Amino acid sequence: MPDPRPILLAKARILDPSRDLDTKGDILVADGVIKDIAPDLTAAGLPADTEIVDCRGLVAVPGLVDMRAFVGEPGAEHRETLASASQAAAAGGVTTIICQPDTDPVIDDPAIVDFIMRRARDTAIVHVHPMAALTKGLEGREMTEIGLLGAAGAVAFTDGTRSVPSAQVLRRALTYGRDFGALIVHHTEDASLAGEGVMNEGELASRLGLAGMPKAAETIVFERDVRLAAITGGRYHAASLTCAESLDVLRRAKEAGINVTASASINHLTLNERDVVGYRTFFKLTPPLRSEDDRVALVEAVAEGLIDVIVSDHNPQDVEVKRLPFSEAAFGAVGLETMLAAGLRLVTDGRLDLMTLIRAMSTRPAELLGLPAGTLRPGRLADIALISLDEAWILDPTSLKSRCRNTPFDEARFEGRVVRTLVAGRTVYEYV
Amino acid sequence: MLAARAGCVYPADFDMTSNPTASFTLQRRHLLGIEGLSPDEIVGLLDLAEEFVVLNRQVEKKRTTLRGRTQINLFFEASTRTQSSFEIAGKRLGADVMNMSVSTSSVKKGETLIDTAATLNAMHPDVLIVRHSASGAAELLARKVDCSVVNAGDGAHEHPTQALLDALTIRRNKGRIQGLTVAICGDITHSRVARSNILLLQALGAQVRVIAPPTLLPKDIERFGVEVHGDMRRGLEDVDIVMMLRLQRERMNGSYVPSVKEYFHFWGLDEAKLRYARPDALVMHPGPMNRGVEIDSAVADGAQSLIREQVEMGVAVRMAVLDALSRTLPGNSSNA
Repeated sequence: MPDPRPILLAKARILDPSRDLDTKGDILVADGVIKDIAPDLTAAGLPADTEIVDCRGLVAVPGLVDMRAFVGEPGAEHRETLASASQAAAAGGVTTIICQPDTDPVIDDPAIVDFIMRRARDTAIVHVHPMAALTKGLEGREMTEIGLLGAAGAVAFTDGTRSVPSAQVLRRALTYGRDFGALIVHHTEDASLAGEGVMNEGELASRLGLAGMPKAAETIVFERDVRLAAITGGRYHAASLTCAESLDVLRRAKEAGINVTASASINHLTLNERDVVGYRTFFKLTPPLRSEDDRVALVEAVAEGLIDVIVSDHNPQDVEVKRLPFSEAAFGAVGLETMLAAGLRLVTDGRLDLMTLIRAMSTRPAELLGLPAGTLRPGRLADIALISLDEAWILDPTSLKSRCRNTPFDEARFEGRVVRTLVAGRTVYEYV
Repeated sequence: MLAARAGCVYPADFDMTSNPTASFTLQRRHLLGIEGLSPDEIVGLLDLAEEFVVLNRQVEKKRTTLRGRTQINLFFEASTRTQSSFEIAGKRLGADVMNMSVSTSSVKKGETLIDTAATLNAMHPDVLIVRHSASGAAELLARKVDCSVVNAGDGAHEHPTQALLDALTIRRNKGRIQGLTVAICGDITHSRVARSNILLLQALGAQVRVIAPPTLLPKDIERFGVEVHGDMRRGLEDVDIVMMLRLQRERMNGSYVPSVKEYFHFWGLDEAKLRYARPDALVMHPGPMNRGVEIDSAVADGAQSLIREQVEMGVAVRMAVLDALSRTLPGNSSNA
């Protein structure tokens, strides 16, 4: 592909959490990088052939970095390919996807990391980095080649939606990974306690006659993990916390100086267990949607920086596994295309400021993963999302770029959306 | 003592048929570990061993120090080289040597160990050489018998004769131990060789480093006074001696380290990594080696390797230990 034309994002509101910058001005993008940022760049003269984009009323933010997206390639391309996931990402302002290792074959071998990276280079329109499996075959027994996988390009290590039952195995992985600086991302759920549960345990589950998953299934594992992080000095990240009790554990761990960080998914920040009513399987998630009190506590935790990262938890599931009785349906919802719009609801409601939202969706995950993203510093790759904050729209699921339509925001009203996405200076999405 | 050094050039007037004349006495009944040995005792044993090195290269290797004595090699854990080394050492000193290999798999270890001790004790042995998979087994046995006990390796605790033979090998090749930097690399957690070597080398004034993945480093190892490294390249910088340890097969596949491939890539000693050490650095391994796991064949068989010499020193050191201990045995003329 030829290099794209230089682009001037003129008169934008420029918001860069990596520098706590919120200002008005121009951004010049050329040769794939941010060349310059200044109040007015037109006066000094622009490169020939520069495309000038009128950004009045738009916000330019660093492209989002989604730390948790499940993609079906290799093995379940009917659900999602790296190409289709990247198109969905671009439409949502996501310029970097971290794909999860629960593919077939599992990403537990350096050759498969290499496959993903080459495949993404050839077919994806946003940056893709794989997380590798933490244990071989995601079986929770033997650690993977953390050193060699990291050298091949794996940015973190996780067993996806599986929890490692053995404290000893997790301890050794945290210990072994420490000297490699490996980030261990863990799904905090005691499988025996969650049992056959399909939604949050409580009155609502009892009324619906559905088996519940107690919050303790999450908190018990998370507490254990925090103690393991403390004795090993390893880098630990909770993949998706959902309840107030877990936030207490996280707060204490951070206050004690333990190397623990955490994500919350956009679903748990904007939806609650009541959305399940009507046995709507698109709201069947793991971990499950919790109570409204938990949701509010999670949003507050993002606002104060206790929760580091917001993830889409994008998990495409086709109709065959979703159009089933609730208890038999698959877990998961797509989210790449809607995470920013859903997040903007929290900004509109005054629960979060835009800087905090973008920090949790871009700057902070890039820092944790050691990626050169999440910033609008001149000289860095031009991964940029242009957002219109007051564009009102209704999500039409047939317009989704993802191969699956299992969105919990079916026909939802949003205010604010991505209008243009740049990856390395190239426009990969434009809302028309 | 004799000035036997690398190359083993003997003085022209050296009498190749003479018996060693040193009479170093270890003022203790047992050798259970390096811990508790004074630097003088260690040096005394090494000096005595030098004489046995010479003796062992003669045609006539027999001495009569242990004539009439009974030595039992009691091995609860399989070992080829240590057991045969002790057997040859005992026989060359004139002892009657009996090998007993006891399987531990089917019996309750604590009970059996003490029962075995009582049974053996009734046979009036003079020296028991014991190897056991449990740390502290040699000490427990020593409390239950009337003879001398030499620890030939107890669990992950100590293997004193290995440390002594390593020290002898180093001293003969470098001329000293004081001031050297020695890196011990590999499975430190499960290694009795590492523990005994750390104690001995520090007692004689060497700087000791340990290099291993963090899963193979015992908790609080830095409090042993060693420098701790995870990275081979940095750990090997300016090192005089590289001591590799064996990695047990059952620890290679995901429990302590992910795989042989990854272990060799990051912690296996090959020529590229060895270049980070001093140009005159020497390589050691207590054996048996896993070629292609912790050590590359090119290094194991290379010019910087002392691995064969270690085996030779093993017999001499064990003879020195048996000789030095025998002087305190009841009925010994020099002990009368």
